Amino acid sequence: MKNPYLFAAYAATWIIHVAYLGTIVSRYARLKREIEELKK
Amino acid sequence: MSYEPRAASYKPKETLRSGQLKCFAIVCFARSRLEARSRFMKRPFPILAVITGILLGYAMYMALVGAPTEQTMGDVQRIFYYHVPSAWTAFLLFFINLGASVYYLIKRSVAADIVALVCAEVGVVFCTVVLITGPIWARPVWGIWWTWDMRLTSTLVLWLIYVSYLFLRRFSSSGQTPLLAAALAVLGALCVPFVYFSIWFFRTQHPQPVMGGGGSIDPRMLHVLLLNWLAFSCFAFLVCWSRYRLEKLQREVDQTHAMRSLLDEPARRTRSA
Repeated sequence: MKNPYLFAAYAATWIIHVAYLGTIVSRYARLKREIEELKK
Repeated sequence: MSYEPRAASYKPKETLRSGQLKCFAIVCFARSRLEARSRFMKRPFPILAVITGILLGYAMYMALVGAPTEQTMGDVQRIFYYHVPSAWTAFLLFFINLGASVYYLIKRSVAADIVALVCAEVGVVFCTVVLITGPIWARPVWGIWWTWDMRLTSTLVLWLIYVSYLFLRRFSSSGQTPLLAAALAVLGALCVPFVYFSIWFFRTQHPQPVMGGGGSIDPRMLHVLLLNWLAFSCFAFLVCWSRYRLEKLQREVDQTHAMRSLLDEPARRTRSA
């Protein structure tokens, strides 16, 4: 990708998606901990 | 038999015990359901995720390498393969949000409420991509990052409406929140056709639509565009599915916590008595 604008657009797209997926994963981890506490 | 006078608030020990047992059974049932859901999530999800990952990779390769280079704009035009499918996916999710909200308003279905929330959230993510990739494309082509023309402004307003929807869902603790959010979603969805058709009815700097609006596109470019839309739609579906399970689990855990506090309350009362 020689064009910096093209690189910036594609990188921004994936950064946004990965950041959102990261929030989902962290929420899952928190929920899993809550479920483990409930099992005790 | 001798008669013993008792206070009105008196409850026999047997009633307390049966109540506790009932609560305990409900908590156990909720736990087993949570475990069953976790097991269900483990099977088809990774397979679909791998297929979507391959599709996204292939679509990206086609967008960057496979599609022909546009004559006047050059490589910058390839941003279009991410910008337009993201916009279409966002619009699709906002329409699903509308359908689910209307269904919730009619039937008060909890599942419809969750679908509406999830579609709005993922739709906002895709709309954010549109609002960021658009100016990155506009800078080298128009010479400016942003202009307050009808298409750009209406897209920003649409994004703000759905962000306010998510804020309402997140920070309002009223029992009427899903109802208010559903009403807001109906109003927000009315903005979607306005955004799409704004370039037909107003003079804007934004390019004409590639489909159904008098614009023309090379068939190879159209193929790559539709391929990217398919890949983004599959990705959105997976994210929505995952987010739906998470929201449902979260609500079940919250209910279990509430039941547990109900279970603890009589025991605490008995101890204090």
